[in-house]
Amino acid sequence: MTAIPAEDAPARTVAAPRAGSSGRLAAFLQAAPMMLVFLLFFVLPLAVTVVVSFWDYTEYSIVPDFTLRNYVEAFDGCLTSLPDLCTTFKTYLSTLKIGAMVWAITLTLGFTIAYFLVFHVRTTAMQIVLCLLCTIPFWTSNVIRMISWIPLLGRNGLVNQGLLGLGLIDQPIDGLLYSEFSVVLAFVHLFTVFMIVPILNSMLRIDRSLIEAATDAGASGWQILWNVIVPLCKPGIVIGSIFVVTIVMGDFVTVGVMGGQQIASVGKVIQVQLSYLQFPAAAANAVILLAVVIMIIVALTRLVDIRKEL
Amino acid sequence: MREGRPLSFYVLAAVFALFVLFLYGPTLTIFVLSFQGPQGGLTFPMNGISTFWFEKLWAGMGVVDIGAAFWRSLKLGLVVMVLTMAFSVMAGLAFRRRFPGQSALFYTAIASLIMPSIVVSLGIALEFRLLDEAIKAFGESWDIAWINDEFTTAMGLFRSGLGAHLTWTMPFGLLIMFAVFNRFDRRYEEAARDLGASSWQSFRHVVLPIIGASVVGVGLFGFTLSWDEIARSSQAIGEQNTLPLELQGLTTTVTTPEIYALGTVTTAVSLAVVLTALGLMALLRRRRTRHGTDAGQGLV
Repeated sequence: MTAIPAEDAPARTVAAPRAGSSGRLAAFLQAAPMMLVFLLFFVLPLAVTVVVSFWDYTEYSIVPDFTLRNYVEAFDGCLTSLPDLCTTFKTYLSTLKIGAMVWAITLTLGFTIAYFLVFHVRTTAMQIVLCLLCTIPFWTSNVIRMISWIPLLGRNGLVNQGLLGLGLIDQPIDGLLYSEFSVVLAFVHLFTVFMIVPILNSMLRIDRSLIEAATDAGASGWQILWNVIVPLCKPGIVIGSIFVVTIVMGDFVTVGVMGGQQIASVGKVIQVQLSYLQFPAAAANAVILLAVVIMIIVALTRLVDIRKEL
Repeated sequence: MREGRPLSFYVLAAVFALFVLFLYGPTLTIFVLSFQGPQGGLTFPMNGISTFWFEKLWAGMGVVDIGAAFWRSLKLGLVVMVLTMAFSVMAGLAFRRRFPGQSALFYTAIASLIMPSIVVSLGIALEFRLLDEAIKAFGESWDIAWINDEFTTAMGLFRSGLGAHLTWTMPFGLLIMFAVFNRFDRRYEEAARDLGASSWQSFRHVVLPIIGASVVGVGLFGFTLSWDEIARSSQAIGEQNTLPLELQGLTTTVTTPEIYALGTVTTAVSLAVVLTALGLMALLRRRRTRHGTDAGQGLV
């Protein structure tokens, strides 16, 4: 239950077909409510977004059209001003930079935690308890978990008080809160669980005799980790990475609250355009964001053949 | 056959303990600070201990009607929970057979899970905007009075808002159901059918008791994810905000421990739901072991 079994995908759920066409119809009807919700609130909205990204707009309304205006404006001056970066490139660069940092930290941390739970905790009951301990915060409010850093990181927060008390600094550090640092910290705080669970799921499936065989063959602890465990965890690592990277790329809430509305992100650009009711412009930016995210996912899945792992 | 722990155990255990502290520490801090005295501020030291900020919260928070938002979120969360449970179990059952659109549904669910939420939210907002315009145009051309006079938007908490939340909760539900039915022994069902049970009877008396705990797990995801949802709701919720959306707005305007009191209350609701669900799951699992063996069923 705690595991998000992202890998338990259809290949094995497709049981032997037993019923004829009436069985297929019954199954279709059972799946129909979910299909309908996804159709109305996911597939159709995405289609509308792509279409409207080619529409024109005025201050008051959106106008059906076929124009590249929104895309041209999104990349306005990007080629002419080179080598200086235009706003769009800068925003993507800043988002990608945060994404890379969060990815590296959550991956290291998530892998370490999962490794501890799988290979060092001996009883299943204890594994479940400790795993729940990591998962419970995921079920509580993200915004609350963000603002709970204020008393710690603020100018008069515990961290500054502690450092001052120890005499390590002369005056409070200002950049702890509402900075890139606090944004990355909050992402790690909120989303490491998305790394832990898939990696844990992969690790639990590792056949222990493989590790014994490696030991017998004379492998050191690090060699076993790097040459046996890490490769076998690849599916979990890729799935966790996809989660974390897509969340960070599209985020505007965490960057907004923890960055004090000062740090640019792609998600925030879209949100701001929406607040000015520039729907087609926002739609074009959403399509661009989507293209970037898909490219990242494709690159990640190249590392491992997901279809083979399913 | 217990051997001594290697050094790496203690290092990793320390890392794990620090991680847990990192996870829970900040929340505990605002829990403590929400009991700040009336003169207290947003950071330590504590200026006395009181429930002043909770009382102030109860009395209402300036312009924002937190109480109404609280009940709206609760109602929406419950509806999302029930629908997520029902649709996920049904789809989970369906995936055991072949049906048209099977792999399309699977890949859509995965896509919905990893799609940046702002894109989904924007899409739903656009869809409803176009729908609104179509309805208004229809009202004008057919001269329908109530559309011309009263209609503003089709968006709303239980229309666009509900849909937005379901696109986020259902993929979790579906994946949990996959895990459940992968480990499900179909011979129980066949035995029930051999004994003359109808499909509904075999579902109600055989399948449901076996998967019950996991269905509660799906409900847990359904409620808590909806209760805290911001990104997908942000553009799609309509005129009335949910609690987390109000809360997000308050982070920039409120500078008193009142916001910590609100945080404590929201977290308490989440934790109550989580603990109830976990307790219920343990109970269902124990009942199942008492009423019949589940040897080889695994943990889920």
